[in-house]
Amino acid sequence: MTEMAIANPRSGSVRLTPRLALRDAEGITRRNLMRIIRTPRQVFSSIIQPCLILLVFRYMVGGAIHVPGVDYVDYLVPAIFLEAVLMGGSTTTLALAQDLQMGMIDRFRSLPMARPAFLVGRTLADACRNALALTFVIALGVLVGFRFHSSLGACLAGVALIILFGYAFTWLYATIGLAVKDPQTAGSVSLLPMFILFFPSSAIVPVSTMPGWLRPFAANQPVTVTIDALRALFEGGPVYHYLWQAVSWCVGIFLVFLVVSLNLYRKATV
Amino acid sequence: MSAVIEVKEISKRFGTTTALDRVSLSVEAGKVLALLGPNGAGKTTLVRVLATLVRPDDGHASIGGFDVQKDATTVRTLIGLAGQFATVDELLTGRENLELVGLLYHLDKKVYRQRAEEVLERMSLADVCDKQVKTYSGGMRRRLDLAASLMGLSPVLFLDEPTTGLDPRTRNDLWQFVQDLVAGGTTVLLTTQYMEEAEHLADSIIVLDSGHVAAEGTSEQLKDRLGGNVLEVRVSKRADLERAVSLIADLGSAVPRTDPALNQVLLPIKNGTNVLIAAGRLLEDHGIALDDLGIRRPSLDDVFLAITGHATEAHATEAVKMEGSR
Repeated sequence: MTEMAIANPRSGSVRLTPRLALRDAEGITRRNLMRIIRTPRQVFSSIIQPCLILLVFRYMVGGAIHVPGVDYVDYLVPAIFLEAVLMGGSTTTLALAQDLQMGMIDRFRSLPMARPAFLVGRTLADACRNALALTFVIALGVLVGFRFHSSLGACLAGVALIILFGYAFTWLYATIGLAVKDPQTAGSVSLLPMFILFFPSSAIVPVSTMPGWLRPFAANQPVTVTIDALRALFEGGPVYHYLWQAVSWCVGIFLVFLVVSLNLYRKATV
Repeated sequence: MSAVIEVKEISKRFGTTTALDRVSLSVEAGKVLALLGPNGAGKTTLVRVLATLVRPDDGHASIGGFDVQKDATTVRTLIGLAGQFATVDELLTGRENLELVGLLYHLDKKVYRQRAEEVLERMSLADVCDKQVKTYSGGMRRRLDLAASLMGLSPVLFLDEPTTGLDPRTRNDLWQFVQDLVAGGTTVLLTTQYMEEAEHLADSIIVLDSGHVAAEGTSEQLKDRLGGNVLEVRVSKRADLERAVSLIADLGSAVPRTDPALNQVLLPIKNGTNVLIAAGRLLEDHGIALDDLGIRRPSLDDVFLAITGHATEAHATEAVKMEGSR
């Protein structure tokens, strides 16, 4: 019988180096990507959902909506790009609640890994899934008549902004998952950002058509300014006013929820 | 030899419940300590404190001389954790699970690959190691969970109820494996609800009751406090129960426990066969019909009752019922 070796007693404290922390994050990202690949149904639904919304508003509802000075398809589709990554975040919430429920988080927290690496690995893997879903939605958008009317550089900047927005919001979704804990509740709570931010925005109809009390919120919230920045980047027009607001929102949301979620992770128990 | 696991006056409260109340213990290198107690006694909380998962309200704990709070990262390199609340990833294969854990212990790729291979072989998981864990049986999962805790070559192992819910054969395999590890020098702290498990594996036992240390010693020492064996009497008629208790109470080494639901009296005794015969004669002479009469080894419930003076939760409810029926 082989005897299992044990390590020699330690004489000094162990220090985490940035190199080790990066290696941890890479390992966790790989783990989560494997999980994503092995749940094709979830990947499929994260692609199909925004595609359905796109088709509904393009062909069923869109006919009744007139936005002055622009084809409705060009108005709508950039918003659906953003919807795809906003909706995709709900899987982050669910995945973290599941890890917590199953005890995976206890396993990871008892290991000498860098603690932020767990959440960085989660959000990076989800950013990859978002990028995949986005590719399909862009393809469908072009298929139903959406056209990029600006320079290649501006279009790429627009796609980068969507990814940045999706990544920043992943941290908000991570925070929800760690706070709610129970996968079933997490599933429904993770839909809230959609209803709070996507519908009362310039996504489907111009903010000017909304009641007066809603307008100040709708005009200034992150989804509206990001969608307006995207429309400017894809279709031309003045960009910077919206772009710096959108980027500031993304950076702000990222930093706030990075701190909050790391703090929740540190204390996480079921 | 100095203590590898050292716990001094650890307290932990969750809201108004006291999970741990000034618990102290120490385990020397290469020894096994069992924490014995019912659900809610604080066993898991103590393991969570030692595994750096929960911050205690008071007290100090150290592993290999490193404080679990101030030097948590170092402590994490020294410990392996397996049991009811740690787990493995269902969507990964057994091998992927182990290699990920090895990477997160900061082993070199070559080292963790080889280590995973060894551990899989040793835990008899080599055949299934490239299948996703969701296809594993309960016993295989538990073995993989234990395998994961071994990836770091950790000198200290925490096993939280490692065999709860396992069939006897798998349980025996696991026991054997733990014994091999200990022979190799690993220090083990294990929690269990089973006296038998503690008896089989542990060099010493601590009985936890509502968060405090109720007793400690070897299994023999603990059973001696009880008096050895238990006389089990089951009367045919419920009406005879109290009379039977008063008749045989003097034969015991501690207070008898009655279980009205089963018409049963459990009496801790020192002298086996003589007491059995005496009790049988006594009850027969007084015309009490019996369904069953026998001697058995003490269970956790018996030991627990003798040491703490009150029953474990399940029996506490019965005691209340009995009060009501009087």
